[in-house]
Amino acid sequence: MSSETMLRTENLTFEYIRRDEEGNVEGITTAVDGVDLEVKKGEFISILGHNGSGKSTLAKHFNALLFPTEGTVFVDGMNTSDASNLWSVRQEAGMVFQNPDNQIIGQVVEEDVGFGPENMGVPTKEIWERVEESLKTVGMYEFRKSSPNHLSGGQKQRVSIAGVIAMHPKCIIFDEPTAMLDPNGRKEVIRAARALNDVEGITIILITHYMEEVIYSDKVFVMDKGHVKMQGTPREIFSQVDKLKDLRLGVPQVTLLAHELRQRGLNIPEGILDRKELVAALKGLKWQ
Amino acid sequence: MAIILDHVNYIYEADTAMARTALNDVSLQIPDGQFIGLIGHTGSGKSTLVQHLNGLMKPSSGSVYFDGKDINDPEYDRKNLRAKVGLVFQYPEHQLFEINCFLDVCFGPKNLGLPQKEIELRAYDALKKVGLPDEYFYQSPFDLSGGQKRRVAIAGVLAMKPEVLILDEPTAGLDPKGRDEILDLIAELHDTLGITVILVSHSMEDVANYVDRIIVMNKGEAVYDGTPKEVFAHYKELEAIGLAAPQVTYVMEELREAGLPVHTDATTIDEAADEIMRVFG
Repeated sequence: MSSETMLRTENLTFEYIRRDEEGNVEGITTAVDGVDLEVKKGEFISILGHNGSGKSTLAKHFNALLFPTEGTVFVDGMNTSDASNLWSVRQEAGMVFQNPDNQIIGQVVEEDVGFGPENMGVPTKEIWERVEESLKTVGMYEFRKSSPNHLSGGQKQRVSIAGVIAMHPKCIIFDEPTAMLDPNGRKEVIRAARALNDVEGITIILITHYMEEVIYSDKVFVMDKGHVKMQGTPREIFSQVDKLKDLRLGVPQVTLLAHELRQRGLNIPEGILDRKELVAALKGLKWQ
Repeated sequence: MAIILDHVNYIYEADTAMARTALNDVSLQIPDGQFIGLIGHTGSGKSTLVQHLNGLMKPSSGSVYFDGKDINDPEYDRKNLRAKVGLVFQYPEHQLFEINCFLDVCFGPKNLGLPQKEIELRAYDALKKVGLPDEYFYQSPFDLSGGQKRRVAIAGVLAMKPEVLILDEPTAGLDPKGRDEILDLIAELHDTLGITVILVSHSMEDVANYVDRIIVMNKGEAVYDGTPKEVFAHYKELEAIGLAAPQVTYVMEELREAGLPVHTDATTIDEAADEIMRVFG
């Protein structure tokens, strides 16, 4: 495996046993089924998939919250199933969850952000340096003395992200970080994720149900029934409107409008991703 | 069964140093049978407003009338009001608790003190209306998918036979297909039952696709109130208060700036496609 690889899964399979109320076995569900994928260092990856497609289960393997029933997961070359790697894996691959209220524990923003490095045994002086640097990175430094209860959803989520950055991870997994936020909060969080990727070179894995959020990724994986059903650039993926619909997904609204215009006979390309591209394509045509 | 809000104010922790105004002189009329979208950023007062509509919260000053009667009058039957004005909270499936879907939906009508037969008829009818397949009726709600759980939770409110149905972010956390299915269901309930629907949403695209009227909240005030076209024409002002117009509205604006002679008031994909095709004819 090259040192350029951040994450790699080989035949990753995860099964769990369903039990009824008395604890009797009802059956076995295969949530992730033989997934092989590779993410390079510095990439921005998105994972799409309908509810129950296995994407969150897959993501929880990337920082050793779950372990494969079969197959192997490597994080920066470390096998996550090897117990001696556990803490290094969790330090290198941080995770941001859906609900900001479930991730914030400190009474004051800066204490919350310092929690991770403190647990890692980082010296006090360095903890404060990391807290300052992390809060500045997500644009929340001015709120360092605030109570998290008084922040908006987007701000809380940025504090959660700062808490992860303070552990100096090489990779951050975002599991539907914007599902509970309003449009502004969504923008703030996605902007923070993109900046971490561009400026800090941190590998990003974004799981989301909002198609608009993935158009800037390097690569998109689409999950269905525990398998990776599609993979490619956002343009390759969003060119397949009907296939995505079959997988209970959609495309960004602008892509859908372009698709509709194409079907009505306008000569514009498939897979238009944003407003700029659509306006440019339409400007190139003759109008009455 | 119109609802009227007359100069409603609500102050959290009034008479303390922490006092915050959540509703500031809100006056609104909600006639029968409308499909209303209520939008506003987090903390704008949307949830406080909807909790005034079924008497869960009481205004600090001002009045709320349902069917001509002041719902905060001490004599008023608020229990009955809560059946008439049904509120589906965010992530309503977190409130499911019974051992099967059918019993869960029975819970509301049972609390109304109805005869057993009526309770069961209503529960059956509500589960049918939300399109839950029969084979799930006697299964544990916890074994269902996210979208189906949400249907059961909505059925629990429908079984109260509400005249007004309020849903707080009913599509949060669902995949795109699940979102469309729930919104289609809500639109169908609105059309077939003739009930008033108030949809609290963060998705401008969803609101534009479904509702006849949009109310925009900001800092506890109803700042815009009109059809989607009227409200989204103020997209610059909406951005200033943390909202936006649907993506297609921006496309139309940018096309016009690029010199295409299009009207810019489209708020849905169909409207935008029609208008662009008119120009390219």
